[in-house]
Amino acid sequence: MPLAFLPEGTKGIVKSIVGGFGMRRRLYELGFTEGTEVWVIKSGRPGPILVSVRGSRLAIGRGVAMKIFVEVVA
Amino acid sequence: MTVKVALVGNPNVGKSVIFNNLTGSHQHIGNWPGKTVEKKEGIFEYNDKEVYVIDLPGIYSLTAYSVEELIARDYIIEEKPDVIVVIIDASNIERNLYLVLQVLELGAKTLLVLNKMDLAEASNLHIDAMELGKLLGIPVIQTVAPKKIGMDELRRKILEIAKAKKQLTKIRYSSDFEEAIDRITKLLEDYKLHEEYSRRWLAIKLLEGDKVIIEKIRKTAKGKEFLKRVEKIKELLEQKYGNLEMALIDERYRVIKCIVEKVVKGEKTLTASDYLDQALLDKYLGIPIFISILWAMFQFTFIVSTPFSDILGDFFTILSERMAGITGFTRIDYLLFGEYGVLNGIGMVISFVPLIMTLYFAMSLLEDFGYLARAAFLMDKVMRKLGLTGRSIIPMILGFGCNIAGVYSTRIIPTEEDRIIAIVTNPLMLCSARLVVFTAIATAFWSSAVGSILLSLYIIGIVLAILIALMLKRFIFRGITSPFIMELPPYQMPSLKVAVTQMWIKGSLFFKKAGTIVFLGLLIVGFLATTDASTLSFTNDIEYSLVAVIGHKLQPIFTPLNWDWRLVVAIIFGFIAKEIVIGTTAMLYGVSEEEFSIFLASHYDPVTMYAYMLFVLIYVPCIATLAAVKHETQSWKWVIFTIVYETLLAYTISLIILFLGRIVFPGV
Repeated sequence: MPLAFLPEGTKGIVKSIVGGFGMRRRLYELGFTEGTEVWVIKSGRPGPILVSVRGSRLAIGRGVAMKIFVEVVA
Repeated sequence: MTVKVALVGNPNVGKSVIFNNLTGSHQHIGNWPGKTVEKKEGIFEYNDKEVYVIDLPGIYSLTAYSVEELIARDYIIEEKPDVIVVIIDASNIERNLYLVLQVLELGAKTLLVLNKMDLAEASNLHIDAMELGKLLGIPVIQTVAPKKIGMDELRRKILEIAKAKKQLTKIRYSSDFEEAIDRITKLLEDYKLHEEYSRRWLAIKLLEGDKVIIEKIRKTAKGKEFLKRVEKIKELLEQKYGNLEMALIDERYRVIKCIVEKVVKGEKTLTASDYLDQALLDKYLGIPIFISILWAMFQFTFIVSTPFSDILGDFFTILSERMAGITGFTRIDYLLFGEYGVLNGIGMVISFVPLIMTLYFAMSLLEDFGYLARAAFLMDKVMRKLGLTGRSIIPMILGFGCNIAGVYSTRIIPTEEDRIIAIVTNPLMLCSARLVVFTAIATAFWSSAVGSILLSLYIIGIVLAILIALMLKRFIFRGITSPFIMELPPYQMPSLKVAVTQMWIKGSLFFKKAGTIVFLGLLIVGFLATTDASTLSFTNDIEYSLVAVIGHKLQPIFTPLNWDWRLVVAIIFGFIAKEIVIGTTAMLYGVSEEEFSIFLASHYDPVTMYAYMLFVLIYVPCIATLAAVKHETQSWKWVIFTIVYETLLAYTISLIILFLGRIVFPGV
């Protein structure tokens, strides 16, 4: 499911990123490669979400977060 | 011989602090030629050796996709610094190592600085620096920049590496990639292409399909033939891995994961910073907290600065009484210390130095704390509805200090359209110079409600900026809003030292401005005010002076707004610097700081003056801000646009407010 739907406090594994090549490359370089664990620290609709990726805290707009597909970690 | 050193690193790793620690006051800040990116250079001496340091822009990667990245990369490969110092945030090592790996691909002599070691320890991360150095094949040192820990070692190591021979990095990617890199490297050798660059780096860039490099090679003899053979090599890999640029990013992170597993003990859990974010970024409370923080900042500014401003005002009133007739030349005495003299004007302006200083003190604390990035996060949802990005809020906040700073800070906005919108609307942010004007006027009319009056002006400025942005977005730029991706650096204890330094710098800048451009402006006004319009000789009757003639000529335009010629003149000269508006008003009415309030209140009604303040808020920005707009948009078109829309808007809004005010308060 899209990262945007992940509830606060849960973790997910990046499965795929859809969208333009430019944005995908940028997210990749910031560490959102496939198989990476992401951790939602803050999420509230509407508005951006705050995630922890490879130890850094990234704010991501809701539009972008809809394009990152993750698998929920139990 | 001078040793050349380049500092490279992600944003927010403490690179600037290290640069300042190294170079102290021996630095020069400018711009990269033709680019709107700041260039910082400096020198230091160590063991009689002179070391030149360049602080490259903060970047996440070394690809050729953003101006900052290109600048950093071109500098390293073209200027060939003796040592590259990569600074990383030890508490955020995994993501930071990505840039390190890319720098190592360049094949230059590199030193790794693990900064923020204290923060890493605090978030339960233990890093084996020795092992990290071994795995990467480069020296590693540990620092805590704000406490100056590790700076001496850094200086020593830089010189040591400069003298040492080439390093050999031990970073290798998986065999599929290494084979391809080897084959391309051999081809490069055969074709003798670009021998000035590292072959391994060129090979990797060719695999990635780097446009800049491919273009360079295409232009050489046999370049096309060479590129065809490279494509052949890539074909097989592409079948297996898809897009090779993405595959290489993945590959770097795979290597990083292995390194991190070996050198880092402990896992970063929720940090103090995260807990603070839980509260400050709250879905419901976040924005009210944001507004309260801004409100508190301005309250603090007023409460702390008012007593000091009063003392300075009294000082200038006494000074102008004492100085009367001191030079013995009637004309000069009158021009400088007379009833309509420059001293009255300049005293009015300078008495607000404390206001400027406290405002910058408070803003520096807020910025240093790391709150501005949070403001962008909080406001993103609001801004997005308006078709803007959350990042636009940062130039707006900085514009409250000075629009020039606001305009320059729009560089953090990635898309050109959004950036231009942020630039041309920034002058609507009530800057500290206009705050001086409004504080003086508001005190005269609404002594008990100065805060609310000023707040209303701030809000009107923001609302107008948003409306203009919306219109630009709808009618001129129809592009989509740039996606919001932004790192939120951990909060840090704001440094009192930095805040005090900022306060002094901005205070002395204001003082300097008052002593130069404002003084000059007021001197011209004073000269015109003491020169008889018909005989061009000295006059002490301001009604017959040159300035009165100019004022009277233009006054009819502003008759609907109820201004007399003096207010018109003040507006005109305010174009030079906004503080001049209040200085000129004081001069032309022949009052010093102390009498100013009483005089103004007896001559004008509050509604007229409120509309006047609105006009001053909205109309043309000062010359220096316009210069910044020109510099950042690289076009006169936007400068003219700013002047025209602001003037028209100022006049219309003032007229509307005056009209409404007359209906609501018929008595005044």
